[in-house]
Amino acid sequence: MNFYAIRAIYKFEMSRTFRTLMQSIASPVLSTSLYFIVFGTAIGSRMGNIDGISYGAFIIPGLVMLSLLSESISNASFGIFFPKFSGTIYEVLSAPVSAMEIVIGYVGAAATKSVTLGLLILFTAQLFVDYHIEHPIWMLAFLILTAITFSLFGFIIGIWADDFQKLQVIPLMVVTPLTFLGGAFYSISMLPEPWQTLTLFNPVVYLISGFRWAFYGVADVNVVVSLGMTMVFLLICLTTVWWIFRSGYRLRT
Amino acid sequence: MPSIIRVSGLTKTYQSGFTALKNVDLDIRRGEIFALLGPNGAGKTTLISIICGISSPSEGSVLADGFDIVRDYRAARSKIGLVPQELCSDAFENVWSAVSFSRGLFGKPSNPAFIEKLLRQLSLWDKKDAQMRELSGGMKRRVMIAKALSHEPEILFLDEPTAGVDVELRKDMWQMVRELREQGVTIILTTHYIEEAEEMADRIGVIRKGQILLVEEKQALMDKLGSKQLSIRLQQPITEIPAELSEFNLQLDQDGSNLSYCYDSRHESDGIARLLRKLTQQGLEIRDLNSSESSLEDIFVSLVQEDQ
Repeated sequence: MNFYAIRAIYKFEMSRTFRTLMQSIASPVLSTSLYFIVFGTAIGSRMGNIDGISYGAFIIPGLVMLSLLSESISNASFGIFFPKFSGTIYEVLSAPVSAMEIVIGYVGAAATKSVTLGLLILFTAQLFVDYHIEHPIWMLAFLILTAITFSLFGFIIGIWADDFQKLQVIPLMVVTPLTFLGGAFYSISMLPEPWQTLTLFNPVVYLISGFRWAFYGVADVNVVVSLGMTMVFLLICLTTVWWIFRSGYRLRT
Repeated sequence: MPSIIRVSGLTKTYQSGFTALKNVDLDIRRGEIFALLGPNGAGKTTLISIICGISSPSEGSVLADGFDIVRDYRAARSKIGLVPQELCSDAFENVWSAVSFSRGLFGKPSNPAFIEKLLRQLSLWDKKDAQMRELSGGMKRRVMIAKALSHEPEILFLDEPTAGVDVELRKDMWQMVRELREQGVTIILTTHYIEEAEEMADRIGVIRKGQILLVEEKQALMDKLGSKQLSIRLQQPITEIPAELSEFNLQLDQDGSNLSYCYDSRHESDGIARLLRKLTQQGLEIRDLNSSESSLEDIFVSLVQEDQ
Protein backbone atom coordinates (compact mmCIF):
# COMPACT_ATOMS: atom_id res chain seq x y z
CA MET A 1 0.00 0.00 0.00
CA ASN A 2 1.42 3.34 -1.06
CA PHE A 3 0.23 5.46 1.87
CA TYR A 4 2.33 8.43 0.87
CA ALA A 5 0.51 8.54 -2.45
CA ILE A 6 -2.92 8.35 -0.84
CA ARG A 7 -1.92 11.14 1.50
CA ALA A 8 -0.52 13.21 -1.36
CA ILE A 9 -3.71 12.93 -3.42
CA TYR A 10 -5.92 13.50 -0.39
CA LYS A 11 -3.94 16.55 0.67
CA PHE A 12 -3.91 17.94 -2.84
CA GLU A 13 -7.67 17.60 -3.14
CA MET A 14 -8.31 19.07 0.28
CA SER A 15 -6.07 22.04 -0.42
CA ARG A 16 -8.18 22.67 -3.51
CA THR A 17 -11.16 23.02 -1.16
CA PHE A 18 -9.39 25.51 1.07
CA ARG A 19 -8.24 27.50 -1.92
CA THR A 20 -11.83 27.81 -3.05
CA LEU A 21 -13.37 28.00 0.37
CA MET A 22 -16.20 30.32 -0.67
CA GLN A 23 -17.23 28.09 -3.54
CA SER A 24 -16.74 24.77 -1.76
CA ILE A 25 -18.26 25.45 1.63
CA ALA A 26 -19.85 28.86 1.87
CA SER A 27 -22.13 28.76 -1.13
CA PRO A 28 -23.84 25.42 -0.38
CA VAL A 29 -24.36 26.54 3.21
CA LEU A 30 -25.83 29.79 1.98
CA SER A 31 -28.18 28.15 -0.50
CA THR A 32 -29.39 25.64 2.09
CA SER A 33 -30.03 28.50 4.51
CA LEU A 34 -32.23 30.05 1.85
CA TYR A 35 -34.22 26.81 1.61
CA PHE A 36 -34.74 26.90 5.36
CA ILE A 37 -35.87 30.48 5.30
CA VAL A 38 -38.27 29.97 2.41
CA PHE A 39 -39.61 26.45 3.00
CA GLY A 40 -38.91 25.98 6.66
CA THR A 41 -39.80 29.30 8.18
CA ALA A 42 -41.96 31.21 5.68
CA ILE A 43 -44.01 28.45 4.02
CA GLY A 44 -43.52 25.87 6.75
CA SER A 45 -45.29 28.04 9.33
CA ARG A 46 -48.49 27.65 7.30
CA MET A 47 -48.11 23.89 6.81
CA GLY A 48 -49.42 21.22 9.14
CA ASN A 49 -47.19 18.68 10.81
CA ILE A 50 -46.13 15.62 8.85
CA ASP A 51 -45.94 12.39 10.86
CA GLY A 52 -46.07 14.56 13.94
CA ILE A 53 -43.02 16.58 12.91
CA SER A 54 -43.15 20.29 12.13
CA TYR A 55 -42.62 20.95 8.43
CA GLY A 56 -39.44 22.95 9.02
CA ALA A 57 -37.87 20.04 10.89
CA PHE A 58 -39.28 17.51 8.44
CA ILE A 59 -37.37 18.90 5.48
CA ILE A 60 -33.97 19.05 7.22
CA PRO A 61 -32.84 15.49 6.36
CA GLY A 62 -33.96 15.98 2.76
CA LEU A 63 -32.14 19.28 2.43
CA VAL A 64 -28.94 17.84 3.86
CA MET A 65 -29.23 14.92 1.42
CA LEU A 66 -29.83 17.32 -1.45
CA SER A 67 -26.53 19.11 -0.74
CA LEU A 68 -24.72 15.92 0.13
CA LEU A 69 -25.57 14.28 -3.18
CA SER A 70 -24.84 17.23 -5.40
CA GLU A 71 -21.64 18.20 -3.57
CA SER A 72 -20.30 14.65 -3.44
CA ILE A 73 -20.86 14.25 -7.14
CA SER A 74 -19.49 17.62 -8.17
CA ASN A 75 -16.42 17.45 -5.91
CA ALA A 76 -15.41 13.96 -6.93
CA SER A 77 -16.20 14.37 -10.61
CA PHE A 78 -14.30 17.63 -10.86
CA GLY A 79 -11.38 16.24 -8.87
CA ILE A 80 -10.64 13.54 -11.42
CA PHE A 81 -12.00 15.30 -14.51
CA PHE A 82 -9.78 18.33 -14.19
CA PRO A 83 -6.42 16.50 -14.26
CA LYS A 84 -7.69 14.64 -17.31
CA PHE A 85 -8.66 17.93 -18.89
CA SER A 86 -5.43 19.76 -18.06
CA GLY A 87 -3.19 16.76 -18.75
CA THR A 88 -1.73 16.49 -15.27
CA ILE A 89 -3.28 13.03 -14.97
CA TYR A 90 -0.07 11.72 -16.60
CA GLU A 91 1.59 11.92 -13.23
CA VAL A 92 -0.97 9.81 -11.42
CA LEU A 93 -0.94 7.26 -14.23
CA SER A 94 2.84 6.98 -14.22
CA ALA A 95 3.10 6.76 -10.44
CA PRO A 96 3.46 3.52 -8.51
CA VAL A 97 -0.10 3.68 -7.23
CA SER A 98 -2.87 1.12 -7.50
CA ALA A 99 -6.40 1.86 -8.60
CA MET A 100 -7.57 1.45 -5.04
CA GLU A 101 -5.10 4.02 -3.75
CA ILE A 102 -6.19 6.52 -6.39
CA VAL A 103 -9.85 5.97 -5.49
CA ILE A 104 -9.20 6.24 -1.75
CA GLY A 105 -7.34 9.52 -2.31
CA TYR A 106 -9.84 11.22 -4.60
CA VAL A 107 -13.08 9.75 -3.26
CA GLY A 108 -11.91 10.01 0.34
CA ALA A 109 -11.24 13.71 -0.08
CA ALA A 110 -14.55 14.34 -1.84
CA ALA A 111 -16.48 12.39 0.81
CA THR A 112 -14.67 14.22 3.62
CA LYS A 113 -15.70 17.51 2.09
CA SER A 114 -19.33 16.60 1.70
CA VAL A 115 -19.62 15.08 5.19
CA THR A 116 -18.12 18.29 6.62
CA LEU A 117 -20.58 20.23 4.56
CA GLY A 118 -23.52 18.11 5.70
CA LEU A 119 -22.61 18.69 9.33
CA LEU A 120 -22.18 22.40 8.68
CA ILE A 121 -25.65 22.53 7.17
CA LEU A 122 -27.07 20.76 10.21
CA PHE A 123 -25.50 23.37 12.46
CA THR A 124 -26.83 26.12 10.25
CA ALA A 125 -30.32 24.59 10.41
CA GLN A 126 -30.22 24.93 14.17
CA LEU A 127 -30.41 28.68 13.66
CA PHE A 128 -33.75 28.43 11.85
CA VAL A 129 -35.56 25.36 13.05
CA ASP A 130 -35.77 23.43 16.28
CA TYR A 131 -34.96 19.75 15.66
CA HIS A 132 -33.52 16.73 17.39
CA ILE A 133 -31.63 13.63 16.27
CA GLU A 134 -32.96 10.37 17.66
CA HIS A 135 -30.23 8.07 16.37
CA PRO A 136 -27.07 10.18 15.98
CA ILE A 137 -24.84 7.20 15.19
CA TRP A 138 -27.14 6.05 12.42
CA MET A 139 -27.43 9.61 11.21
CA LEU A 140 -23.63 9.76 10.86
CA ALA A 141 -23.54 6.31 9.30
CA PHE A 142 -26.08 7.29 6.61
CA LEU A 143 -24.28 10.57 6.07
CA ILE A 144 -20.90 8.92 5.55
CA LEU A 145 -22.21 5.99 3.51
CA THR A 146 -24.12 8.29 1.18
CA ALA A 147 -21.17 10.65 0.86
CA ILE A 148 -18.85 7.78 -0.11
CA THR A 149 -21.37 6.24 -2.49
CA PHE A 150 -22.07 9.44 -4.35
CA SER A 151 -18.44 10.52 -4.38
CA LEU A 152 -17.74 7.22 -6.09
CA PHE A 153 -20.57 7.95 -8.48
CA GLY A 154 -19.09 11.40 -9.12
CA PHE A 155 -15.67 9.85 -9.69
CA ILE A 156 -17.21 7.61 -12.35
CA ILE A 157 -18.85 10.61 -14.02
CA GLY A 158 -15.54 12.47 -13.93
CA ILE A 159 -13.81 9.62 -15.73
CA TRP A 160 -16.62 9.16 -18.22
CA ALA A 161 -16.96 12.86 -19.05
CA ASP A 162 -14.73 14.17 -21.79
CA ASP A 163 -16.07 17.69 -21.79
CA PHE A 164 -17.54 20.11 -19.28
CA GLN A 165 -21.08 19.58 -20.52
CA LYS A 166 -21.02 15.87 -19.78
CA LEU A 167 -19.67 16.71 -16.35
CA GLN A 168 -22.80 18.71 -15.60
CA VAL A 169 -25.48 16.75 -17.39
CA ILE A 170 -25.99 13.85 -14.97
CA PRO A 171 -26.05 15.89 -11.76
CA LEU A 172 -28.33 18.45 -13.36
CA MET A 173 -30.66 16.27 -15.40
CA VAL A 174 -30.81 13.14 -13.28
CA VAL A 175 -29.69 13.60 -9.70
CA THR A 176 -31.36 16.92 -8.89
CA PRO A 177 -34.80 15.88 -10.22
CA LEU A 178 -34.56 12.54 -8.44
CA THR A 179 -33.71 14.31 -5.20
CA PHE A 180 -36.57 16.80 -5.48
CA LEU A 181 -38.94 13.93 -6.30
CA GLY A 182 -37.38 11.70 -3.67
CA GLY A 183 -39.34 13.06 -0.78
CA ALA A 184 -37.03 15.86 0.33
CA PHE A 185 -39.98 18.23 0.78
CA TYR A 186 -42.84 15.77 1.33
CA SER A 187 -43.61 12.33 2.64
CA ILE A 188 -44.25 9.94 -0.20
CA SER A 189 -47.41 8.81 1.56
CA MET A 190 -48.81 12.21 0.55
CA LEU A 191 -48.65 11.19 -3.12
CA PRO A 192 -51.63 9.70 -4.96
CA GLU A 193 -51.31 6.36 -6.72
CA PRO A 194 -49.69 5.45 -9.11
CA TRP A 195 -47.03 8.01 -8.15
CA GLN A 196 -46.57 6.52 -4.75
CA THR A 197 -45.55 3.17 -6.26
CA LEU A 198 -43.55 4.75 -9.06
CA THR A 199 -41.57 6.76 -6.54
CA LEU A 200 -40.22 3.53 -5.09
CA PHE A 201 -38.11 3.19 -8.24
CA ASN A 202 -36.35 6.40 -7.29
CA PRO A 203 -33.21 5.38 -5.38
CA VAL A 204 -33.01 8.73 -3.59
CA VAL A 205 -36.27 7.94 -1.77
CA TYR A 206 -34.42 5.27 0.21
CA LEU A 207 -31.56 7.57 1.11
CA ILE A 208 -33.79 10.36 2.33
CA SER A 209 -36.17 8.03 4.12
CA GLY A 210 -33.40 6.25 5.99
CA PHE A 211 -31.76 9.52 6.87
CA ARG A 212 -35.03 10.94 8.15
CA TRP A 213 -35.57 7.85 10.24
CA ALA A 214 -32.23 8.52 11.96
CA PHE A 215 -33.54 11.95 12.90
CA TYR A 216 -37.13 11.36 13.93
CA GLY A 217 -37.66 7.61 14.00
CA VAL A 218 -40.26 7.77 11.23
CA ALA A 219 -39.71 6.68 7.64
CA ASP A 220 -41.50 6.22 4.33
CA VAL A 221 -39.87 2.84 3.80
CA ASN A 222 -38.41 0.43 6.32
CA VAL A 223 -34.99 1.58 7.48
CA VAL A 224 -33.47 -1.85 6.82
CA VAL A 225 -34.56 -1.54 3.19
CA SER A 226 -33.04 1.95 3.08
CA LEU A 227 -29.75 0.71 4.43
CA GLY A 228 -29.82 -2.27 2.08
CA MET A 229 -30.46 -0.05 -0.95
CA THR A 230 -27.64 2.33 0.05
CA MET A 231 -25.29 -0.64 0.24
CA VAL A 232 -26.47 -1.83 -3.18
CA PHE A 233 -25.63 1.56 -4.74
CA LEU A 234 -22.27 1.49 -3.04
CA LEU A 235 -21.58 -1.95 -4.47
CA ILE A 236 -22.69 -0.93 -7.96
CA CYS A 237 -20.35 2.08 -7.88
CA LEU A 238 -17.45 0.04 -6.51
CA THR A 239 -17.90 -2.58 -9.22
CA THR A 240 -18.02 0.08 -11.91
CA VAL A 241 -14.84 1.74 -10.63
CA TRP A 242 -13.14 -1.65 -10.46
CA TRP A 243 -14.13 -2.31 -14.08
CA ILE A 244 -12.89 1.15 -15.16
CA PHE A 245 -9.42 0.55 -13.81
CA ARG A 246 -9.29 -3.01 -15.04
CA SER A 247 -10.15 -2.03 -18.57
CA GLY A 248 -8.28 1.29 -18.49
CA TYR A 249 -11.52 2.88 -19.74
CA ARG A 250 -10.92 6.55 -20.62
CA LEU A 251 -7.79 6.63 -18.48
CA ARG A 252 -5.09 4.70 -20.28
CA THR A 253 -4.90 4.83 -24.05
CA MET B 1 26.89 -3.57 -19.79
CA PRO B 2 23.56 -4.60 -18.20
CA SER B 3 20.41 -3.01 -19.60
CA ILE B 4 18.31 -0.91 -17.28
CA ILE B 5 15.42 -0.93 -19.72
CA ARG B 6 14.64 -3.85 -21.96
CA VAL B 7 11.87 -3.47 -24.49
CA SER B 8 10.98 -6.66 -26.33
CA GLY B 9 8.55 -7.14 -29.17
CA LEU B 10 6.57 -4.08 -28.18
CA THR B 11 3.58 -3.34 -30.38
CA LYS B 12 0.97 -0.69 -29.81
CA THR B 13 -2.23 -0.57 -31.80
CA TYR B 14 -4.69 2.13 -30.83
CA GLN B 15 -8.41 1.54 -30.80
CA SER B 16 -8.67 3.50 -34.02
CA GLY B 17 -6.62 0.73 -35.63
CA PHE B 18 -3.52 2.87 -35.96
CA THR B 19 -0.35 0.98 -35.14
CA ALA B 20 2.05 3.38 -33.44
CA LEU B 21 4.75 0.86 -32.58
CA LYS B 22 5.65 -2.26 -34.53
CA ASN B 23 7.53 -4.99 -32.74
CA VAL B 24 10.04 -2.68 -31.10
CA ASP B 25 13.11 -4.13 -29.39
CA LEU B 26 15.33 -1.74 -27.50
CA ASP B 27 17.88 -1.98 -24.74
CA ILE B 28 18.94 1.03 -22.73
CA ARG B 29 22.19 0.65 -20.83
CA ARG B 30 22.55 1.66 -17.24
CA GLY B 31 23.94 5.12 -16.82
CA GLU B 32 23.90 6.21 -20.44
CA ILE B 33 22.29 9.12 -22.18
CA PHE B 34 20.20 7.70 -24.95
CA ALA B 35 18.65 9.89 -27.60
CA LEU B 36 15.64 8.67 -29.47
CA LEU B 37 15.53 10.50 -32.72
CA GLY B 38 12.67 10.61 -35.14
CA PRO B 39 10.30 12.83 -37.06
CA ASN B 40 6.95 13.87 -35.61
CA GLY B 41 4.54 10.97 -35.27
CA ALA B 42 7.30 8.37 -35.37
CA GLY B 43 6.18 6.76 -32.11
CA LYS B 44 8.64 8.34 -29.67
CA THR B 45 6.03 9.56 -27.22
CA THR B 46 4.01 6.36 -27.50
CA LEU B 47 7.08 4.34 -26.60
CA ILE B 48 7.77 6.52 -23.57
CA SER B 49 4.13 6.51 -22.51
CA ILE B 50 4.08 2.73 -22.47
CA ILE B 51 7.30 2.43 -20.50
CA CYS B 52 6.03 4.95 -17.95
CA GLY B 53 2.61 3.35 -17.58
CA ILE B 54 0.45 6.02 -19.19
CA SER B 55 -0.43 3.83 -22.13
CA SER B 56 -0.95 0.07 -22.17
CA PRO B 57 1.06 -2.13 -24.55
CA SER B 58 -0.85 -4.21 -27.09
CA GLU B 59 1.87 -6.84 -27.30
CA GLY B 60 5.35 -7.36 -25.99
CA SER B 61 6.95 -6.50 -22.70
CA VAL B 62 9.13 -3.92 -21.00
CA LEU B 63 11.46 -4.49 -18.07
CA ALA B 64 12.63 -1.50 -16.07
CA ASP B 65 15.59 -2.40 -13.89
CA GLY B 66 14.43 -6.01 -14.16
CA PHE B 67 10.83 -5.31 -13.18
CA ASP B 68 7.99 -5.92 -15.60
CA ILE B 69 6.14 -2.64 -16.11
CA VAL B 70 2.75 -4.34 -15.97
CA ARG B 71 3.19 -7.12 -13.40
CA ASP B 72 5.61 -5.29 -11.09
CA TYR B 73 4.37 -1.82 -11.92
CA ARG B 74 5.06 -0.49 -8.46
CA ALA B 75 8.74 -1.39 -8.46
CA ALA B 76 9.16 -0.42 -12.11
CA ARG B 77 7.44 2.95 -11.92
CA SER B 78 9.12 4.05 -8.71
CA LYS B 79 12.44 3.92 -10.60
CA ILE B 80 11.22 6.17 -13.39
CA GLY B 81 10.77 9.91 -13.66
CA LEU B 82 9.02 11.48 -16.64
CA VAL B 83 9.08 14.98 -18.03
CA PRO B 84 6.31 14.97 -20.62
CA GLN B 85 6.35 16.95 -23.80
CA GLU B 86 3.32 19.04 -22.98
CA LEU B 87 3.60 21.64 -20.26
CA CYS B 88 0.73 20.90 -17.98
CA SER B 89 0.21 21.87 -14.41
CA ASP B 90 -2.45 22.72 -11.93
CA ALA B 91 -2.61 26.47 -12.42
CA PHE B 92 -3.37 27.35 -8.81
CA GLU B 93 -0.92 25.03 -7.14
CA ASN B 94 2.30 26.59 -5.91
CA VAL B 95 5.71 25.28 -6.92
CA TRP B 96 6.64 23.86 -3.54
CA SER B 97 3.47 21.84 -3.05
CA ALA B 98 3.43 20.71 -6.68
CA VAL B 99 6.89 19.19 -6.30
CA SER B 100 6.14 17.76 -2.84
CA PHE B 101 2.95 16.22 -4.23
CA SER B 102 4.95 14.35 -6.86
CA ARG B 103 7.33 12.96 -4.28
CA GLY B 104 4.45 11.66 -2.17
CA LEU B 105 2.68 10.24 -5.18
CA PHE B 106 5.74 8.16 -5.96
CA GLY B 107 5.70 6.72 -2.47
CA LYS B 108 8.53 8.65 -0.85
CA PRO B 109 8.30 10.21 2.61
CA SER B 110 8.52 13.98 2.54
CA ASN B 111 12.02 15.41 2.55
CA PRO B 112 12.01 19.21 2.57
CA ALA B 113 15.81 19.39 2.47
CA PHE B 114 15.91 17.39 -0.74
CA ILE B 115 13.14 19.41 -2.38
CA GLU B 116 14.95 22.60 -1.43
CA LYS B 117 18.17 21.33 -2.99
CA LEU B 118 16.29 20.36 -6.12
CA LEU B 119 14.57 23.72 -6.44
CA ARG B 120 17.83 25.57 -5.90
CA GLN B 121 19.54 23.42 -8.52
CA LEU B 122 16.85 24.33 -11.04
CA SER B 123 16.90 28.04 -10.08
CA LEU B 124 13.37 27.73 -8.77
CA TRP B 125 13.99 28.48 -5.12
CA ASP B 126 12.85 32.08 -5.22
CA LYS B 127 9.69 30.95 -7.02
CA LYS B 128 8.75 28.25 -4.53
CA ASP B 129 5.64 30.06 -3.33
CA ALA B 130 4.54 31.23 -6.75
CA GLN B 131 1.47 29.70 -8.31
CA MET B 132 2.07 27.76 -11.49
CA ARG B 133 -0.02 30.15 -13.56
CA GLU B 134 2.34 33.01 -12.67
CA LEU B 135 5.35 31.24 -14.17
CA SER B 136 6.76 31.64 -17.64
CA GLY B 137 6.91 28.67 -19.99
CA GLY B 138 10.57 28.07 -19.22
CA MET B 139 9.97 28.16 -15.49
CA LYS B 140 7.07 25.74 -15.85
CA ARG B 141 9.37 23.40 -17.73
CA ARG B 142 11.80 23.57 -14.82
CA VAL B 143 9.01 22.71 -12.41
CA MET B 144 8.09 19.70 -14.55
CA ILE B 145 11.70 18.56 -14.30
CA ALA B 146 11.70 19.11 -10.54
CA LYS B 147 8.52 17.05 -10.27
CA ALA B 148 10.08 14.24 -12.30
CA LEU B 149 13.20 14.25 -10.10
CA SER B 150 11.35 14.67 -6.81
CA HIS B 151 11.38 10.95 -6.00
CA GLU B 152 15.04 10.48 -6.93
CA PRO B 153 14.47 8.21 -9.94
CA GLU B 154 17.17 6.07 -11.50
CA ILE B 155 15.76 6.51 -14.97
CA LEU B 156 14.70 9.85 -16.36
CA PHE B 157 12.66 10.30 -19.51
CA LEU B 158 12.76 13.68 -21.16
CA ASP B 159 10.23 13.91 -23.95
CA GLU B 160 11.28 16.75 -26.26
CA PRO B 161 12.91 18.59 -23.36
CA THR B 162 13.99 21.63 -25.27
CA ALA B 163 11.02 22.20 -27.53
CA GLY B 164 10.17 25.88 -27.24
CA VAL B 165 12.88 26.56 -24.70
CA ASP B 166 15.26 29.52 -24.88
CA VAL B 167 19.01 29.17 -25.27
CA GLU B 168 19.80 29.78 -21.62
CA LEU B 169 17.42 27.15 -20.32
CA ARG B 170 18.61 24.73 -22.95
CA LYS B 171 22.18 25.14 -21.75
CA ASP B 172 21.08 24.75 -18.13
CA MET B 173 19.18 21.66 -19.05
CA TRP B 174 22.11 20.07 -20.84
CA GLN B 175 24.28 20.87 -17.86
CA MET B 176 21.75 19.30 -15.52
CA VAL B 177 21.48 16.18 -17.68
CA ARG B 178 25.24 15.74 -17.54
CA GLU B 179 25.26 16.15 -13.77
CA LEU B 180 22.49 13.61 -13.43
CA ARG B 181 24.43 11.17 -15.53
CA GLU B 182 27.41 11.62 -13.27
CA GLN B 183 25.17 10.68 -10.38
CA GLY B 184 24.36 7.47 -12.22
CA VAL B 185 20.93 8.38 -13.58
CA THR B 186 20.08 6.86 -16.93
CA ILE B 187 18.58 9.43 -19.26
CA ILE B 188 16.44 8.81 -22.28
CA LEU B 189 15.54 11.86 -24.30
CA THR B 190 13.52 12.19 -27.42
CA THR B 191 14.17 14.97 -29.78
CA HIS B 192 13.98 16.02 -33.33
CA TYR B 193 16.76 18.49 -32.83
CA ILE B 194 19.75 16.62 -34.14
CA GLU B 195 22.22 18.95 -32.48
CA GLU B 196 20.78 17.97 -29.15
CA ALA B 197 21.41 14.29 -29.76
CA GLU B 198 24.81 15.05 -31.18
CA GLU B 199 25.80 17.17 -28.24
CA MET B 200 24.40 15.03 -25.46
CA ALA B 201 23.90 11.41 -26.30
CA ASP B 202 26.12 8.40 -25.81
CA ARG B 203 23.95 6.34 -28.08
CA ILE B 204 21.34 7.21 -30.61
CA GLY B 205 18.30 5.31 -31.76
CA VAL B 206 16.41 6.34 -34.85
CA ILE B 207 12.72 5.59 -34.93
CA ARG B 208 10.39 6.04 -37.83
CA LYS B 209 6.83 4.91 -38.43
CA GLY B 210 6.85 2.89 -35.22
CA GLN B 211 10.00 0.96 -36.02
CA ILE B 212 13.50 1.33 -34.68
CA LEU B 213 15.66 1.80 -37.74
CA LEU B 214 18.95 1.59 -35.91
CA VAL B 215 20.66 1.95 -32.57
CA GLU B 216 24.30 2.96 -32.56
CA GLU B 217 26.98 4.58 -30.48
CA LYS B 218 26.85 8.19 -31.53
CA GLN B 219 30.42 8.21 -32.78
CA ALA B 220 30.06 4.86 -34.52
CA LEU B 221 26.93 6.06 -36.20
CA MET B 222 28.67 9.12 -37.46
CA ASP B 223 31.72 7.15 -38.55
CA LYS B 224 29.67 4.47 -40.15
CA LEU B 225 27.34 6.59 -42.12
CA GLY B 226 29.27 9.77 -42.17
CA SER B 227 30.46 10.72 -45.57
CA LYS B 228 33.26 13.22 -45.71
CA GLN B 229 33.86 15.89 -48.18
CA LEU B 230 37.23 17.19 -49.22
CA SER B 231 37.20 20.44 -51.03
CA ILE B 232 40.23 21.33 -53.07
CA ARG B 233 40.88 24.86 -54.16
CA LEU B 234 43.01 25.12 -57.27
CA GLN B 235 45.58 27.78 -58.15
CA GLN B 236 44.37 27.92 -61.73
CA PRO B 237 40.75 27.36 -62.75
CA ILE B 238 40.12 24.45 -65.11
CA THR B 239 37.29 23.93 -67.55
CA GLU B 240 36.67 20.24 -67.02
CA ILE B 241 37.79 17.39 -64.82
CA PRO B 242 40.68 15.57 -66.51
CA ALA B 243 39.78 12.06 -67.70
CA GLU B 244 42.62 10.58 -65.65
CA LEU B 245 40.74 11.56 -62.51
CA SER B 246 37.47 9.85 -63.49
CA GLU B 247 37.95 7.06 -60.96
CA PHE B 248 37.29 9.60 -58.22
CA ASN B 249 33.91 10.98 -57.37
CA LEU B 250 34.75 14.58 -58.15
CA GLN B 251 32.69 17.63 -58.81
CA LEU B 252 33.82 20.89 -60.28
CA ASP B 253 32.13 24.10 -59.29
CA GLN B 254 30.92 26.83 -61.64
CA ASP B 255 34.04 28.94 -61.98
CA GLY B 256 36.31 25.89 -62.21
CA SER B 257 38.51 26.72 -59.28
CA ASN B 258 37.06 24.33 -56.74
CA LEU B 259 37.01 20.55 -56.82
CA SER B 260 35.02 18.66 -54.23
CA TYR B 261 35.67 15.06 -53.44
CA CYS B 262 33.04 13.03 -51.62
CA TYR B 263 34.09 9.85 -49.92
CA ASP B 264 32.83 7.42 -47.40
CA SER B 265 35.01 7.45 -44.32
CA ARG B 266 34.26 3.75 -43.83
CA HIS B 267 35.81 2.56 -47.05
CA GLU B 268 38.38 5.22 -47.43
CA SER B 269 41.92 3.86 -47.29
CA ASP B 270 44.34 5.65 -49.54
CA GLY B 271 41.95 7.53 -51.82
CA ILE B 272 42.97 10.98 -50.71
CA ALA B 273 46.68 10.33 -51.09
CA ARG B 274 46.19 8.91 -54.60
CA LEU B 275 43.94 11.75 -55.57
CA LEU B 276 46.42 14.36 -54.46
CA ARG B 277 49.27 12.55 -56.25
CA LYS B 278 47.27 12.39 -59.45
CA LEU B 279 46.32 16.02 -59.21
CA THR B 280 49.99 16.96 -59.05
CA GLN B 281 50.79 14.61 -61.94
CA GLN B 282 48.15 16.45 -63.97
CA GLY B 283 49.94 19.67 -63.17
CA LEU B 284 47.11 21.05 -61.08
CA GLU B 285 48.45 23.08 -58.23
CA ILE B 286 46.58 23.10 -54.96
CA ARG B 287 45.95 26.33 -53.19
CA ASP B 288 43.93 25.12 -50.20
CA LEU B 289 42.32 22.02 -48.71
CA ASN B 290 39.31 21.74 -46.51
CA SER B 291 37.59 18.61 -45.22
CA SER B 292 34.23 18.43 -43.53
CA GLU B 293 32.35 15.65 -41.80
CA SER B 294 28.65 15.23 -42.30
CA SER B 295 26.56 16.00 -39.25
CA LEU B 296 24.02 13.74 -37.63
CA GLU B 297 21.43 15.79 -39.36
CA ASP B 298 22.69 14.72 -42.77
CA ILE B 299 22.81 11.13 -41.59
CA PHE B 300 19.34 11.36 -40.25
CA VAL B 301 17.91 12.89 -43.38
CA SER B 302 19.56 10.27 -45.54
CA LEU B 303 18.29 7.48 -43.31
CA VAL B 304 14.76 8.71 -43.29
CA GLN B 305 14.76 9.35 -47.01
CA GLU B 306 16.30 5.99 -47.80
CA ASP B 307 13.40 4.35 -46.12
CA GLN B 308 10.74 6.26 -47.96
